Order: sequence, then structure tokens, then C-alpha cells
Amino acid sequence: MASKRIGIEASLAIAEAVKLANTDVIAAYPITPQTHIVEGLAELVANGELDAEYIPVESEHSAMSACLGSSAVGARTFTATAGQGLILMHEVLLVAASMRLPIVMAVANRALSGPLNVWGDQSDAMVTRDGGWIQIFVENGQQAFDQVICSFYIAEHPDVLLPVMINIDGFHVSHVIEPIELLDRKTVDEFLPPYKRRYTLDPDNPVTMGCFAAPNMYTETRKDLDNAVRESKKVILDVWRKFGELTGRHYRPIEQYKADRAETLLVLAGGYSENAMDTIDKMQGEGKKVGLVRVRLWRPFPHDDIKEALSGASNVIVLDRAISLGGPAPICSEIRDSLYSHEKKPRIASIVGGLGGRDISPADFEKVIEIGLERIKAGREHETYMYGVRE
Amino acid sequence: METLSIYAPKLVTKGEYIASGHRACSGCGEVLAVRYVCKALGRNTIISNATGCMEIISSPLPETAWEVPWIHTLFENASAVASGIESGIKALKRKHGYTKEVKVVAMGGDGGTADIGLQSLSGALERGHDFLYVCYDNEAYMNTGIQRSSETPFGASTTTAPAGKKSMGQHTWKKNMAAIAAAHNIPYVATSCSSYPFDIMSKVEKAVKIKGPSYIHILSVCPTGWRCPSRQTIKVGRLAVETGIFPVYEIENGQYKLNIDLPKLRPVEDYLKMQGRYRHLTKEHTAEIQVRVVEEYNKVRYLAGLKKIK
Repeated sequence: MASKRIGIEASLAIAEAVKLANTDVIAAYPITPQTHIVEGLAELVANGELDAEYIPVESEHSAMSACLGSSAVGARTFTATAGQGLILMHEVLLVAASMRLPIVMAVANRALSGPLNVWGDQSDAMVTRDGGWIQIFVENGQQAFDQVICSFYIAEHPDVLLPVMINIDGFHVSHVIEPIELLDRKTVDEFLPPYKRRYTLDPDNPVTMGCFAAPNMYTETRKDLDNAVRESKKVILDVWRKFGELTGRHYRPIEQYKADRAETLLVLAGGYSENAMDTIDKMQGEGKKVGLVRVRLWRPFPHDDIKEALSGASNVIVLDRAISLGGPAPICSEIRDSLYSHEKKPRIASIVGGLGGRDISPADFEKVIEIGLERIKAGREHETYMYGVRE
Repeated sequence: METLSIYAPKLVTKGEYIASGHRACSGCGEVLAVRYVCKALGRNTIISNATGCMEIISSPLPETAWEVPWIHTLFENASAVASGIESGIKALKRKHGYTKEVKVVAMGGDGGTADIGLQSLSGALERGHDFLYVCYDNEAYMNTGIQRSSETPFGASTTTAPAGKKSMGQHTWKKNMAAIAAAHNIPYVATSCSSYPFDIMSKVEKAVKIKGPSYIHILSVCPTGWRCPSRQTIKVGRLAVETGIFPVYEIENGQYKLNIDLPKLRPVEDYLKMQGRYRHLTKEHTAEIQVRVVEEYNKVRYLAGLKKIK
């Protein structure tokens, strides 16, 4: 394996990964904080470094729609968006999954209107979670780069054929310049098989794509899609294993940080986990039995891995960077669901914070853990606590 | 036109690319137009179809009426999907040894074109993709049950703009989609009507030969929604043209040409009285429509360099 380690912004590293994957079509519409990704790609195409069709569409709805078309003729297809853009393409996202089109998309996670807010949180990803996309959270630029390469492999695998969304925190990760190890073209070519579809829109072998399904067929089509999403985990694990063997960078559906023998586990997804690691280091240094668990694979939801990672702890504190207005916070509610049938289930506190780009510092994480434990003690597990609200 | 129609049928392919057995209403002018368009396109075609009548009647899982590769995804995005198909093929040709010459065609009804799909159509025309867009205009949302669109003509009664004691039905004038398409400075724009098979076919053949985007707007008679007998589909379509209500013309590189140039227009009443959707109109309404129709027809004549008619 050949690679080079350079200082590069996460967004541009994503563009590099799309280039190294020899992507055929990019359809994109600019939206903060995704812009650096698509600008980077436009530049690579303009300079001839990436031989691809770049479609500068007039909306995110058309971005994803153009991706449907190009993926259906058998072209490797990428797009990127954020926040409102993801919500505008929501209708099309569901079709991409149901038509089994392996589009890869980077989402620079952003808060949702209103009020308008261009800064980061994970509300956009959560709104789209039920649409049949494989969803992966990353925590830094290196992971974003790696997961773009892995995602093409996963998405286009004949046993999967599903679109993949890579969730990258807007600004907090997307705009950070960090040392990133970029693979070289030869290594990526050897790792990533070409996109070959059995059925494409081909006049020599005409097929009809996108029939409607009456009540006598619809349920079966949804069951089939649900099976496909669930079963994609096997391929995801396999691709991550191969990638780990190649690069030494290993990915798991649920990842732990100093979580062995911890009584209290903090759970979260995305870039804030690196701040939380500092907090765990400090608190463990003070003799506190705390650890960190990070959600890497959000869809298909890794119930078994969650059970394995959390069932030994007494307390679980879940920090969601998204709010379900009038309902339980999304990651926490799914974790509760996974642990409900477990005999020795831990007690769970739900905290929402870091909305619309509000920082959560290592000191804040200590408070989050404190508050979580207090609420468990007070028996307020069913409530969602919103951290950092100015009264 | 007249001499052409004597021998032209012999030149038309016997190949059918939308099979019989689809679920269109009897007398559907739209599916006739689709049939002619497909005949002119031939087999080396990929169709991106918007949600609507033609999608519903042709593709109930697990059946299909399509003999060419066909994709339906959503209502408002047929042009964007076509953009992706066209770009994808370009990339495949350049990078992966793809050698077929394929015509990329997007199609939709008037709602999918002039209302909900207008943005994606405008985007695709502006970006210059090499594709043909065909609008099958039956002047309302017929698939959902005859609701008004921006292509519903003045005075027509629909289920969401019904005629009543205080309403004469549609009170706005039909949106001019051909002019909107032409405003994108694309090389080829045309109008046609489901009652004129050779006009449709010759325009489609012309459109796909031209590099870049082209747009054809086909008035498609809908007996169900227009409330006319299904055996009179062809006649009603012909009257739409002969009264000047729907002028048949083309705009090649900005230059208008009136393809069906009638020495004298028939009164609009001949057309209106055949359809239940206009049944409630008063003499005053008809007179108002008559004035407007001649005015609009003369605008096209002027643009085509022809003298005004009365």
C-alpha cells in the first residue's frame, strides 16, 4: 500500500477520495457547509485531474434526481449536501434506496430551519434515517476520506446495491485542516472493484425501472428493501475488515474508547466524540469509572453491537445532537429499544446538546456526564434533558 | 402536409415501443401521441417518465408496456433524471468504452412539466443536455381526477376550479410553455397535437437529430377530462388546431414557423361545444375566448413573419 500524509481540509480530502474512486458523475448544488467538497470536485474536474461529468444542477432535488439517472445507466455517482439541501432531496433519497441505486453522498451535517442556522448538528441525518440509506458517522477528516472509498465498495457490492450517506459534522469536521493519510490511485484501484450493474437502462436489453406497486405488491417490495438494508451489514463488516487489513485503520459499527470496565458510558456519534475522549481521559485519571461509546453505523442499526457494548455498564448517558420535537431523542430512543429486552439492562439518561453549532467542550462533557448521573439517580430516565439552555 | 400524408404512412416503422394492453382510457389522445413519439424515436432510446397518466397506465408492477429502457422515479424530476442519464452515458463513452448512440428523452404531462416540474426542466434546458423533452398536455391533472393546472384553458371546468354560481371555472389563461422553453435559447422547440401523427413524428425526428436540448409540447386530447365522446378524440384535436386555439408551430434556433397555416380560422364555438368542460360558458365567455384566441394566434403569425388574420 502506498499513501502520503498531508495537511488538508476534511472537505478537500473527501474530494480527493472521490477522485481516487474514479467517479464518473457528480451532480451537486452548493449549500453551506458542504461547499468546499463540491468546489474541490469542480476544481479537480476543471483541471483534468478527475475525468467526470460534473452537473451543476439547480437544486438538491435535481442533484439527487440526476444521480438516479447516472447511477441507473451504470456510472459511478457521487453527490454532497447539508441541512436544508438534504431535506429538499428527501423525496428523492427514498427512491434512490428503493430503486437500489448505489449513490454515495457526503453530508456536512447541519441544523434545520427554522430559525435558519448554517452550523452543525445531526438533525438532518436523523430526519432522513428511515429512507433505506446506509448511514455512517465519521469523526474526523481521515475517517471521512476512508469512508468515501469504503462506501463506493459497500454501495456497489452486488449483495448490497444501496446508497450510502457519510455523515460529517458541518464545520467542526468539514472545515478542519488536519494531517490525513491519502491513499494513492493504484492502491484504491486494487481495493475498489469497478461498478458493474446487472441491469442498466440499456436499449439492447430494455428494462422498466420504477413501476408502481398496488396493495398486492407494495408490502413485499418494502420487505425486500428492509431485508437488503439489514443484510448489508455483512458486506459493510467485510469491506471494513479488508480496508483495515490494507491501511491499519479499523472501523466497527459501534466503537469504544476506554470503555472496558466502565460503570458509566457516554454514547454519541460524530466529531464531538474527540472532545469527549479528552474528558474520559481526565475523568479516568481522577479514578472515575467512565468510558465512551461511539455510534459509527447508524443504518442498518447495529442492535447486537449496542447490546454488547453497553449491557455491562450500570449507567448509559446518550448525547444526541438532534432533537425530536415532542418525542424521545433519536439515538437514545434506539439504544433504549436495543437494551429493553436485556435482563441486566443499564439505566439510561437522554441528553440533547450541541444544536446549531453550539460547542460542547471537554469541560461541558464532564457536566453532561454529571447531569446524566443525577437524572438517573432521580429516576428521570424517561425525560430528555437539554444541555446548555440559557434560562 | 397534405401530400406528405399520402405516402408518409409507408415510411412509418411497424415497430411498437409502447405495447398494447396498457390501461389508458378508451380514446386517450395522450397514449396515441406517446406511440407516435416512440415510433419516431426508435429502439435506441432511454425514456425518463414523470409521474402521471402515462406512467400509471404503463407500469403496474410486475407488468410493463415499455419496449425501450424506461425509468420513472418522481413527479417533478423527469428532466433532472434525464440529465443524469445523458451525463452518465457521456462519462461511460469517454471512460469505459461505451459505444451506443442513445437518444435520451424525458416526458411528462402538463402538471409534471409546467407546474411541479418546471424548475427541473428549466435547469436541464439551461445546462444544455443533449436530450428531448416531450410534454403531453391534456390540460389538467387527469391522473388524480381532473384538477386544474397552469395549462388548463380559460373557462374550462375542473374538479379544483369547478364552474359554479360564482365561478366560470378556470379564470386564468393557459401558460405558454413553448415560449418558456424557447426563452432558454435552445435549438429546437415545437408544438403539435395528438391528432396529427405525421407532424409529431417529423418533429421528433428533427428534434433528436439536433445536438442539445429540444422541447416538444403536444396537445393531447383527454375524453375523460374534457368530457367528450372517446370516438371524437381525433376530431376534437383537429378542431383545437383549426380554431387557432392551439397553433402548431416550431421554433428552430429562435425562428418561428407556423406548420399548420390555415387560411381562415374556424369559430372557437365549434371546439368548445363538443366538450362538457365548457358546457357552462355563456355567449359572452365564448366571445371573450374568441377575441383572445385570434390575438394569440396573430402573435405566433407575427413571430413567424406572417400577416395578421381577423
